[in-house]
Amino acid sequence: MHVPDGFIDLPVSIGAAVIAAGAVAVSLRGARRELDERSAPLAGLVAVFVFAAQLMNFPVAGGTSGHLLGAVLAAVLVGPWTGALCVTVVLLVQGLVFADGGITAIGVNVTDMAVIGLAAGYLVFLALRAVLPSTRAGVVVAAAGGAFASVPAAAGGFVACYALGGTSSVPVGTVFAAMVSVHLLIGIGEALITAFTISSVIAVRPDLVHGAAGLRRPETLAVRPGGTAGTGPVTPEVPDDLRDPAGAPPTQDLAAGSRSAPWSAEESR
Amino acid sequence: MTRTRVLLAVGLLLSLLVAGVASHYASSAPDGLEKVAADKGFDETARDHDLAGSPFADYQTDGVGDRRLSGGLAGITGVALTGALACGLFLVLRRRRPPAPGRDEALSPASPVPSPTPASPASPTSPTSPTSPTSPTSPTSPTSPGGG
Repeated sequence: MHVPDGFIDLPVSIGAAVIAAGAVAVSLRGARRELDERSAPLAGLVAVFVFAAQLMNFPVAGGTSGHLLGAVLAAVLVGPWTGALCVTVVLLVQGLVFADGGITAIGVNVTDMAVIGLAAGYLVFLALRAVLPSTRAGVVVAAAGGAFASVPAAAGGFVACYALGGTSSVPVGTVFAAMVSVHLLIGIGEALITAFTISSVIAVRPDLVHGAAGLRRPETLAVRPGGTAGTGPVTPEVPDDLRDPAGAPPTQDLAAGSRSAPWSAEESR
Repeated sequence: MTRTRVLLAVGLLLSLLVAGVASHYASSAPDGLEKVAADKGFDETARDHDLAGSPFADYQTDGVGDRRLSGGLAGITGVALTGALACGLFLVLRRRRPPAPGRDEALSPASPVPSPTPASPASPTSPTSPTSPTSPTSPTSPTSPGGG
């Protein structure tokens, strides 16, 4: 749904560009928290994959085609802020190199797809994650639901721009009904591609999937057997080779004479 | 780590195949917005793209007659451009591991406080030789390497 130049008048296009620029600025800050040594290369790959997948128009009913938006796919894989940047990079390359999506409409396109579509879809994903079981299948289904919602949401973003600054006299209601209905169909394709891709990655490296973060919480919080018995408060600053073989901290000699140490009462029995 | 590499390699290969080969077989029907605009009669308000004459306009490569090759080259170019832009951006934004292992080890492995030697920007010495700790003329070697 790359908006060409001319559909939306200049003031609304500029307003959308301001919104898009603000969203990118916020995303740049948020992405710093999401990206680390491991996820940064994956995020680059996500942008590449979204670009490639957007070339694959698939037919939907009535001589119409659609293609992946990829906003929820990116957000679930690498986080919503980084995902917004992925989609924005793709839209910039498409508009500035491949003449796909107008130059003056870049703000409209980023706002519709990378901001509105992603935000709405990711909120649906989070809501479904909260309801569905916290399993891999639950994450995949939630991602599919969010992806499905993101496409008509992005179409709704376009209609909002059209309502504010459309250059045509076609009624807003007519455009809204047509846009949302056809993009509900395209959303089905979006959901299928997103579910397939997320389930493929989650099968290989679930730890790299940002939206599946809660799945491994039980493992990381598991108490190691015997790890806390008699050692008192954990002192991570002490390297392992400075601890004595029993696992007690090296301050044990000093603490042995102190009745206030939490472990000394047990050990004295 | 190797599984991450495999995942990245497979993803990149898949993207190149989709952009370079499979995209030729994508549906050429109008997309949702184009179709709605044509059906409802506001498609004529679209202006030609300002960059319609650019070498890769409309995912075709200028001067390549064969449409399959032309589209494939454009798709692979787009993958390369998107990858370069996105990877550059994300590598700049990413959190670096705090200790930065391997960077300062050779110089001061045991010192907990980095030596606060002020960099002397006027020093014209070119660090062509490997850093020698005994060299009296280069006290600023820990801060000299660039690239961050």
